[in-house]
Amino acid sequence: MNVVGSVLIIGGGIGGTQAALDLSESGFKVYVLEKTTSIGGVMAQLDKTFPTNDCAMCIVSPKLVAAGRHPNIELIINAEINEVLGDAGDFKVKLTKRSLHINPDICTGCGVCGQKCPVECIDLFNEKMVKNKATFVKYPQAVPLLYSINKDKCIGCGVCEGVCKAGAVEYDRADEITELNVGSIILAPGFDEFDPTPLSPYGYGKYQNVVTSIEFERILSASGPYSGLVLRPSDGDIPEKLAFLQCVGSRDPHRANAFCSSVCCMYTAKEAVIAKEHQHQVNPTIFTMDIRAYGKDFDKYINRAQDEYGIRYIRSRVSHIREDPKTKNLILTYETAEGKITNEVFNMVVLAVGLNPPEDAKKIAEIFDIKLNEYGFCYTDPFHPVETSKLGIYVCGAFSAPKDIPETVIQASAAAGKVNMLLAPARGTLITKKEYPEEIDVRGKPPRIGVFICHCGINIGGVVDVPGVVEYAKTLPNVEYVERNLYTCSADTQTGIKERIIEQNLNRVIVASCTPRTHEPLFQETIREAGLNRYLFEMANIRDQCSWVHMHEPEKATEKAKDLVRMAVGKANRIYPLKRMVLNMTHKALIIGGGITGLNTGLGFAKQGYETYIIEQDKKLGGYANNIHRLLEEKSVNDYLDALITEVKNQDNLKIYNNSRIKQVNGYVGNFEVIIEKEDGSENTLESGVIVVATGGKAYVPDEYNYKNNDKVITQIQLENQIFENKLSEDIKNIVMIQCVGSRNEEYPYCSRICCAEAIKNAILIKEKYPEKEIIILYRDIRTYGFKEKFYRKAREAGVIFLRFNKEQPPELIENNGIMRILLNSPQMGEQISMDTELVVLSTGIRPPMKSNEKLAPMLKVPLNDDGFFLEAHVKLRPVDFATEGVFLAGLAHSPKSIEESIMQSYAAVSRASTLLSKEQIESEGTIAFINPMKCSGCGLCVETCSYNAVSLNEEKHIAEVNTALCKGCGACSANCRSSAIDLLGFTNTQLYLVINQYQQ
Amino acid sequence: MEFEPKILGFLCNWCSYAGADLAGVSRIQYPPNLRVIRVMCSGRVDPVFVLDALMKGLDGVLVLGCHLGDCHYIDGNYEAESKYRALEMLLENINLNDRINLDWVSASEGMRFADLVDEFTEKIKSLGPSPISSSTKDLKLLDELQAIKRVFSNSRIRSLIGRERKITLLENTYGETIDFEKFNKILKDALDSEFYRSQIYLSLLKKSASVKDISQEINIDKTLVFKNLLMLRQRGLADVAGVDGLDPIYKAL
Repeated sequence: MNVVGSVLIIGGGIGGTQAALDLSESGFKVYVLEKTTSIGGVMAQLDKTFPTNDCAMCIVSPKLVAAGRHPNIELIINAEINEVLGDAGDFKVKLTKRSLHINPDICTGCGVCGQKCPVECIDLFNEKMVKNKATFVKYPQAVPLLYSINKDKCIGCGVCEGVCKAGAVEYDRADEITELNVGSIILAPGFDEFDPTPLSPYGYGKYQNVVTSIEFERILSASGPYSGLVLRPSDGDIPEKLAFLQCVGSRDPHRANAFCSSVCCMYTAKEAVIAKEHQHQVNPTIFTMDIRAYGKDFDKYINRAQDEYGIRYIRSRVSHIREDPKTKNLILTYETAEGKITNEVFNMVVLAVGLNPPEDAKKIAEIFDIKLNEYGFCYTDPFHPVETSKLGIYVCGAFSAPKDIPETVIQASAAAGKVNMLLAPARGTLITKKEYPEEIDVRGKPPRIGVFICHCGINIGGVVDVPGVVEYAKTLPNVEYVERNLYTCSADTQTGIKERIIEQNLNRVIVASCTPRTHEPLFQETIREAGLNRYLFEMANIRDQCSWVHMHEPEKATEKAKDLVRMAVGKANRIYPLKRMVLNMTHKALIIGGGITGLNTGLGFAKQGYETYIIEQDKKLGGYANNIHRLLEEKSVNDYLDALITEVKNQDNLKIYNNSRIKQVNGYVGNFEVIIEKEDGSENTLESGVIVVATGGKAYVPDEYNYKNNDKVITQIQLENQIFENKLSEDIKNIVMIQCVGSRNEEYPYCSRICCAEAIKNAILIKEKYPEKEIIILYRDIRTYGFKEKFYRKAREAGVIFLRFNKEQPPELIENNGIMRILLNSPQMGEQISMDTELVVLSTGIRPPMKSNEKLAPMLKVPLNDDGFFLEAHVKLRPVDFATEGVFLAGLAHSPKSIEESIMQSYAAVSRASTLLSKEQIESEGTIAFINPMKCSGCGLCVETCSYNAVSLNEEKHIAEVNTALCKGCGACSANCRSSAIDLLGFTNTQLYLVINQYQQ
Repeated sequence: MEFEPKILGFLCNWCSYAGADLAGVSRIQYPPNLRVIRVMCSGRVDPVFVLDALMKGLDGVLVLGCHLGDCHYIDGNYEAESKYRALEMLLENINLNDRINLDWVSASEGMRFADLVDEFTEKIKSLGPSPISSSTKDLKLLDELQAIKRVFSNSRIRSLIGRERKITLLENTYGETIDFEKFNKILKDALDSEFYRSQIYLSLLKKSASVKDISQEINIDKTLVFKNLLMLRQRGLADVAGVDGLDPIYKAL
C-alpha cells in the first residue's frame, strides 16, 4: 500500500493536541483543524484538575505552546471540513478556512485592536459571564495568539484598522478553500455540555443562581470573571450554602441521556473542594445517587473531600427547585435517606451537567463516513477502542465516550500509536528538516552585543520611552549595535536581525520585547539561521512585565526597562555557546509482561518494523485475561485472546521469552541493556531503546466471609467459570453478591473499577440462562460509568435486586448447619434485614503484584504509588510515561482497568515510545547540569536531589556524573551542591550573580 | 522624595513567570519596583543568590514558584521551600527576614501575582531602605550577612538542607524517617552554631583577637564564642596566635 506521511487531526483540544505532538515527534506532518480560533479546548477553561488539584492552565499551556511552534504541526483554525475522499493511507480532504478578517501572517497578537474595539459582546470562553469585544482573542494565553473579528458583532467602525500598527486588519478578507492530502485522520472533536434548560424543574436559565458546572469552573478560575472569588451571580454574595446536583442530563433515560457521563462525580468533588479552599465560608452539599470515583486515586480524593473539607454528600436526586424571588435563594425538594420529602434552602446551585456528543456529530459521521453509536457518539469496538468503522480514521477523547483528561490523553496517544503502525512506511517523508549554516566560532572573541528593542506597536512604545532605552543601551559594555523595531517579531524584522548579525559582526543578541516563554524560540531560531549558536541569546521582558503593568507610570516603567536591558546585557557578556547532546537510539523495544496489554504493545512496535521482545514470567501468555470469558459488552474474550496470541506468534520480528524474569537493567534511554533470567537459571542479555512496563495485576484472594473454607463462597471469576462450563448447580435458588470485598477499605483504599461491571455481567448471564434464580447484589456505589450504565439498567430490568450498604456496616455472613444467612443494614431499608442464600459471590478486585513490583521498580528507577501500582510521570498529562525517560507504562500495572482501557494504554505507550524510537538520535537541551570534577567530593547530594535519576555516582572516581540524556535542566542539584561543583549551563552561578549585580549598580 | 525600593524577583519559568506574564496580558497594574530574573525552577534559587542580593543593598527579594504539587520538575518547589525556610531562620537573627518572601503563583493567577508584588512592595516601603544601601551603611549588618552567606555556602548546612525531604518524608539510610520537628531542631541548631562560627571567623580575619574581644565585637556570649572557636580550630580555620596576659589570642588561618 502506498501511504502518505501526514495526518489530519480534527479538533485542537487536549486530545487533538496530544496526538499532534506525538505524531509530529514521530516523523509525520500533522495538520490540526480547529473550528474555533484557538486550540486548548475545554481543558484551557478549567480551573483545577482532579485528583491532584493541578492548575489546568499551568500544565496545558506548555503543550499548547509546543504545538503552536512545532515545525511539523500546522494549526488550521476557524476552519471546517467540506469533503473527504479516498481511503486509508491516502485521503483527500477539502476544507474551508473561515476568514478571521485579520491577516494571521501579520498579526502579532499584541491586542491593541481588542482593547480599542468599542463593541462589547459575549465571551464564550468565560461561559458568557463577562463580555468580550468584537475584535477578540479567545483567552489571554491562546495558541495561536491571533486576533480575529467576530463578523456577527462587528459594526465596521474601522477603529481596529486604525490602531493596528502592523496593518493586519483586512475587513474584506475572504474565506479560503483548500485541500489536504493525508494518510490518516484522527477525530478529536470533543463533546458539548448538556444544556439543562429543557429540564425545567431545575430552573436553569430562569433562576440566576442556578449555574452549570462549567460556568462554575470559570467562576473558580483566577483568570475567570470573578477572579477566583466564589460569588453568586444574582448579587455577588458569597454563597454560604452551595448545592451540587449530580447526573443532570445523565442516567436519566426519560428526560435526557441514559448513559453515565463518567466525569461529573469527580469534577464536582473537585469544584466543591476548590470552592471551600477559595472561600472558607462556603459549605458545599452534593446530591448524588452513586459516587463514581473509579479512577486511580479517586476514592482517596473523595475521602479527603468528606473528611478534611467537610463536604456533605446526600444520596438523593433533587426533584425540583424553586426560587425565593426576594432573596434569590433556592429551595430544593428532595427525599431523605429515611424516605421523607423535605425542603432545604441553598444560596446557589451548581448543576453537574453531563457530556453530550458534539453538536455536529452527525455531520462529522456523514463527511468521514463513520458509524455513530446508539447515543450519537463515535462507534468503537471494545477490543479496538480507537478505531472508527472506517479504516485509517481513528478517534480519541470524549467523542468516543464521555471521559476525563488522562483517558483522553491516553486515547489520543493510542490513536497516534495506530497511525504510527499504519503510516510507518511513509515516516519522515513529509516533514521539514531544516538545514542551518555552520555555527560561527565565537571562542576567544570579545562579546559584540546587538540589542533589538521592540515598540510592539503602542504596547511598549506607548508607555516606555523606547528611544530613551535605545540611547541608554548604547552606553552599556560591549553593546555594539542597538535598534528599535515597530514589531521585533515580524517576519521582516527577522530578516533584519540576520542581516545586522552579519553586517555588524554581532556574536550575542538581546531582544527587549515580550515574554521568552512564547517568543524566545523564534528569536533563537533567527540567530541560528544567521550562524550563531542559539544559546547566545537573551531576552528582556519589557512588555508583559513592564509596560503593560505600569501603564500609568511611564517614567518608572522606562527606568525598569533600562534596568532589565542592563541585566540582560550583563548576562549576555558571560554567555557561551551550548551544545545539544546527541545520543544514539537502539531501534528495539522491550516489554515486560505478556498479558493483553503486553501483547498489544508488542504488536504496536513490531508492526512498525521495530525488533520487539516480550518478557513473560509465566509459561502461558494472556495474563489476567485468562480469568475472563466474556466482556460486559457481550464480546468473547477467549476468542479475542486466541486470535491475539496467534497474531503475535506469527509476527517475525517479535520474540517472546516466557518463564523469564528481569534480573538487571543497565543503561538509559536509547541504550538499555536488560538481563533476563529463565526459570532454569539461564540468562539472556537484550538491548533495547525503550522499555514498557506491562506487568499486570492479580486477582485478590479474599480472607473475608470464610472464603477459604466454604466452597459455597466463591469469587466472580469462579462464578463466571461455572456459568461458562454450565456447572452452576440446580439447587442454587438464591445468589448474593457482595461488592468491594478487599477494595475501598482502610488498607486498600482504591476502587478496583471492574468489579461492578463483572458482577452485573455475571448477574445478567445467570438471569438469561436461569431466569428463576434470585440474585441480590449488595453494593456501596454502583460504578457502571459511561455506556456501561446500560447494563446496570438491564440487570435491574431482568429482576436483579440491588441493595446498598455503608462502609461501616458491611454485610455479615452467618453459617448454621449448612444454611447461609446474610445480615444487612441497608440505609435503603432502615432496619436490619436477613436473607438466606445458597451461594455467596465476592467481588474481589485487583491487587498489584507487590513483590515483583517492588523488585522491578528500583531496577528501572521508577516509583510505585501507595497502593503498589506503578506511578506515572504526571497523572493528567503524562499518564503512560515515567519521569525516567525511555520507560513507559500500560495496563493493570498502572491501576485497575477494563480490557478496553488496557488496550488503549498499550497503543498509547507505543506512540509515546515511538516519539523516541522513530529518531535516529535523540537530542537533549543545551541547558543542563554539568560537574566540575575538581570540586566534586562525591557526597551524592545531587544524586538524591534529582527527580529524573540523571545524576549518578561514579564509584570508581568517586565523583558525581550527569547523564545528559536524562537531565531536564531544573537546577535543583546546583542549588543544593555543597561545593559548587555542579552547575547549570545557561543559568550558572556566575551568570546569575552577574545579573543580580547588574540590578544594583 | 518617596522611597522607591529596589526589589529582585526569582520566578520559575513554568508557573510564576507565566502568572506574571498573565498579569501583563490582563493589564493588571502593580508597583514598578520589581526586577525579575527568570529561572527554570524555583529549586534553582540558591539561598546564596538571595543573600548576595541583600548584600548588594537591594531592599527585598521575592522568590516565586509553582504551587506545591504543581512543579514542572516534579518537586523542585519543595526543594525551594526547604532552602527558604532555613534562610528565613537565620535572617530572623538579624531582622532581615521580612525582606524576603517565598510564595507560589500559578500560570492562571495574574491577579495573585500582582497582589503579591503589591503587598511585598508595600511591606518593603514600610520597612524603609535596606540598612545596607542607606547613607548610613550598616557595616555590622553587612558583616552579619557575609557570615550568613558563609553559612549557606557551608557544606554541612547544604547537606542538611539538601537531604531534608529525603530524611523527613521518604527514608534515611536506615529506612526510617525522622520526625520533621526533630529535624527542624537539628537544622536550627546547626544554622545557629554555623552562624556563630562564621561571625567569629570573619572577625578573626579582620584582626586576631581574644575570646573576650570577639565576644564584644560580635555580641555573643563568651562561652559560645569559646566553644565555637574550638570547632573552628578543629576544622583548621583558626588557631592560637599567642597569649596576651591570661588571654590566648586567636587568628584565622
